[in-house]
Amino acid sequence: MAQPTRRGFLVGLAAGSVALLNSEALASAIGEVEGGQNELGMLYDASKCVGCKACMAGCKRVNGDYGSLSYERAPFDQDGLWDAPADLSGSTRTLIKLFKQSDSEWSYVKYSCMHCRKPSCVSVCPVSAMTRDPRTGIVDYSKDTCIGCRYCQVACAFNIPRFQWDSATPQIVKCDLCLHTNLAKKGITACAEVCPTGAILFGKRADLLATARARLAEQPGLYLNHIYGENEVGGTNHLYLAAMPFDRLGLPQLPGNPPAEFSEKIQHTIYKGFVAPVALYGTLCWLALRNLKKHPDGSHAGDEKGDGHES
Amino acid sequence: MERDGWGRDVSRRDFMKVFVTASAMLGLPFGMANRLAEAAMDDGRPAVIWLHFQECTGCSESLLRASHPTVATLLLETISLDYHETLMAGAGHQAEAALHESMKKNHGRYLLVVEGAIPTRQAGIYCKVAGKTALESLQEAAAGAQAIISIGSCSSFGGIQAAAPNPTGAVGVGDIIKDKPVVNLPGCPPNPYNLLSTILYFMTFNKLPDLDAMGRPKFAYGRRLHEHCERRPHFDAGRFAQAFGDDGHSQGYCLYKLGCKGPATYANCSVNRFNDIGVWPVSVGHPCIGCTEPELLFNTAIADKVQIHEPTPFDSYAPVDLKEKGKGADPLTTGIVGLAAGSAFGAGAVVARRLPSGDDGEEQGHGPTN
Amino acid sequence: MSHDDFQRHEASIFTPAFFVLLLLTLIGFFLVALRFIKGIGAVSNMSDGYPWGIWITYDVATGTAIACGGYAMAILVYIRNQMHYHPMIRSAILTSLFGYGLAGFSVMVDVGRPWNAYNFFIPSKWQINSAMFEVALCVMAYTTVLLIEFLPALLTRLEEADRKSVHRLVEWLHCKTGVAPNRLMTRLEWVQAMASWLRPRLDKVLIFIIVLGITLPTMHQSSLGSLLLIASTKLHPLWHTGFLPLLFLINCVYIGYSICILESVLSSYGFKRPYETKELAGLATIIPWVTVIWLTVVFGDLAWRGQLGKIFAFDFYAGFFLLEIALVGGGSLILFSAKNRRSVRWLFVSAALIVLGGALYRFNVYLIGFNPGEGWRYFPSLAEFMITIGIIAFEILCYKVLVKILPVLPRLHGRDHQAQADRTPCPLAEHA
Repeated sequence: MAQPTRRGFLVGLAAGSVALLNSEALASAIGEVEGGQNELGMLYDASKCVGCKACMAGCKRVNGDYGSLSYERAPFDQDGLWDAPADLSGSTRTLIKLFKQSDSEWSYVKYSCMHCRKPSCVSVCPVSAMTRDPRTGIVDYSKDTCIGCRYCQVACAFNIPRFQWDSATPQIVKCDLCLHTNLAKKGITACAEVCPTGAILFGKRADLLATARARLAEQPGLYLNHIYGENEVGGTNHLYLAAMPFDRLGLPQLPGNPPAEFSEKIQHTIYKGFVAPVALYGTLCWLALRNLKKHPDGSHAGDEKGDGHES
Repeated sequence: MERDGWGRDVSRRDFMKVFVTASAMLGLPFGMANRLAEAAMDDGRPAVIWLHFQECTGCSESLLRASHPTVATLLLETISLDYHETLMAGAGHQAEAALHESMKKNHGRYLLVVEGAIPTRQAGIYCKVAGKTALESLQEAAAGAQAIISIGSCSSFGGIQAAAPNPTGAVGVGDIIKDKPVVNLPGCPPNPYNLLSTILYFMTFNKLPDLDAMGRPKFAYGRRLHEHCERRPHFDAGRFAQAFGDDGHSQGYCLYKLGCKGPATYANCSVNRFNDIGVWPVSVGHPCIGCTEPELLFNTAIADKVQIHEPTPFDSYAPVDLKEKGKGADPLTTGIVGLAAGSAFGAGAVVARRLPSGDDGEEQGHGPTN
Repeated sequence: MSHDDFQRHEASIFTPAFFVLLLLTLIGFFLVALRFIKGIGAVSNMSDGYPWGIWITYDVATGTAIACGGYAMAILVYIRNQMHYHPMIRSAILTSLFGYGLAGFSVMVDVGRPWNAYNFFIPSKWQINSAMFEVALCVMAYTTVLLIEFLPALLTRLEEADRKSVHRLVEWLHCKTGVAPNRLMTRLEWVQAMASWLRPRLDKVLIFIIVLGITLPTMHQSSLGSLLLIASTKLHPLWHTGFLPLLFLINCVYIGYSICILESVLSSYGFKRPYETKELAGLATIIPWVTVIWLTVVFGDLAWRGQLGKIFAFDFYAGFFLLEIALVGGGSLILFSAKNRRSVRWLFVSAALIVLGGALYRFNVYLIGFNPGEGWRYFPSLAEFMITIGIIAFEILCYKVLVKILPVLPRLHGRDHQAQADRTPCPLAEHA
């Protein structure tokens, strides 16, 4: 019998860890500890964006069928020549907008799902139509489960999920990092794939944060010294760098605590293990039965005093 | 030094230029140019048989305009064009004999190029050459061909002959020959370099280049003109010529409104251009007529606007601050609601007044009896 | 439980009020059909910034609170052991049944993909962090409980049907279905026999159902408040607090009692029955204490969170906050006086003020105090209003019809009110 070597032991340990990592619960726990290092996300650098909107076109081309997206006509467009959404909508998952203060003070900005690390939408969805993959961090939407209650829209601090108000079979629409389309086929999101300037980078959160920090260090005069999404509402996997204050770009100023933690704490306190409701039911039953014994036949309308005292 | 088709000395450099260009057009890696050159120089020049049916000979004319290589180089050094009704010296029985001899000698190895559509109605009597119908000639020639190239829209899809009501039942080669590899090189006329590149590719690799669903080589027909047009920025910005000769037209604006079929046409005219002087219809102010697309050419009016199936964003930006989002109150609703709420309050007040205000229980009686 | 406490209201079903309500119902239902054909956007002004409009805010959140009359009465009767309220319980239950049943109907209209609702019953899809999950299951359970609680009324009617009306029914069915009268008779007798068999057995276990009917609303009414806990970045600090569940629960209790008063007064007014002043005076004593507790929590919480200053901003939000406090506080103040508690008029006025204030509180939390960001605005469309009004009209219609078919209203002793027909239309139909 061969002596167990140190090498063999370590290899076995590594193999075992890999196998274990395929268990979601453990992956999630590790994810929490590591701060989501290996979760997938995107870094949008507004200073590199030239406003070509290839990302918008690519997203609709790739996800149009899957996400039931459509092209939005501008009011002056009689022939349907262009796709001109004014905002994220039930037809549009991503959008480039322009903020222009003056000829020298302007910036493009891209909107799409922030893929929060503690998403409010996932926390509130009653039927688990919004789910977060603990390994990749991607927040996905399933139209086959969704009941269309729109609670996710109420919950999202960034106002990302949009609803198809004009459809008889409406869905919620939001970016899912091309999970079922480009990511599955080519391992990268469609917008990052077509971006000609590298303004959109796709990769692991740790790498994206490192890149962002490097850029901030290299060219401090170019950027606002803040990575939007690093800590907002507990951190998001869609990160932003920009030269302008983010709230001017339509990215709201938000605290670091995820709203979902607050609401879940209260829900859990009240309903933990269903103890409180059962206890309540039990107590009330006891009270009611005791009262019934005092009125075996039920009451009469003329009986005004009863056993209970006046309040 | 090489010798060109006329016996003149040609520099090795010029010679290689041909193959570098061809390999670039085919999208092949740079080093492939050498392989193409070697294949072309092979003494066993491949036999090519070129048949003409219902056509205008425009495709052959287009080929004659090529300059790299010239037709002469092509015919004398690159391929052995054993039968071509327009270019061959012979005529009549002599020409037919040459055809049959070549077909026999090169059986299974020759490249068949077809120009023109084939009538099929009434057993194809509408086109007869040397006493044989086009249908028979094609089937006979196809039997011994290694591959078939349909040059031009007529042989690819039927062309002008097949325009409604198609009295002769004209169809393309691909509708008749099913058991041999067929390459379609549509265009009216097609760019000659598409043909030359396809032939060279075939000679080098002994197979046809990657084809799309309509049998067209992807290197030439893989992208819509709309995606690679020099006037696209005008389209994106909404700058259109509204009529021939108007201001927009003179400024070189997009020709969409004049019926340009570029958004629906797969071809490489905008890239390769024609006649070696870098022009194509749109560059000189005429809308693309979609001549590589069977649904468009001769089936739609030139002035008909084509539908854009995958619209791309317009050249402007929505502002970050959209002043009004969602729907607010409108006068009618506010008015009606106000009225209803007012009446409800009024009714409530009336009821309250009619209710007994005394503090004596049962004696207050019941509700109003009037 | 004594079934002698209840009686049918003998009056004609087809009154002018009936037809007005029917018209409103039909308009509402037509618009609902339009919503299913053309999408929600075609009939409502909801948008991505305001995804919840008056259907959720009124029909679900406020309507169920108003329907909490049943819940509030049940607490009094069965837990606080005040059996003298027992006669009011059936109409309270019926009101609750309608309120919740129609909240459910409203949800089916409002929700975008109702065909996926079966996912609520698939354990692998349960998302227990979601307050809405709890609300949905709880409301479904409670509606079932209300149905069971209402069964005794139905069963009694079936049992006590006299031969004459049974014969009339048989003849009518024979005309409509062509089935032989003998077979119809046998069937109906079988139904009556089943009713007789079921009722005593139901009576034995009813108390457990009733207690469930007290537990469940405690859970979901508080959860209606919990729904907005997540919107910490959108709900104005005057209303967003961890105490939302508690505030909603207390709010539903005082609205419940106030509605009982309102409903009883309007019922007596409309059906020309005597006012139940004694019982109402009792209720009126409880209400101000409940509202005082509520107001204490509201202001205590504001002070603790350091948000009292926001009241003095005197802006849009402060204005609505003050209005809500004024209505609830004002109504309660009236009830602190014993003289007022014995006056039907002041009972009515204060109950109305408290219901309005309590309802405004819910509107403030769900809609008015909800600000999704710059530029978003919402005001319900006419169609949205008409659908809500149509649903309410349907609810009132069914109430008016059912109290005339089944023994729901409290029995009147020693007076002959049976013959009076309901000729005068009630200007303000009893609101459930």
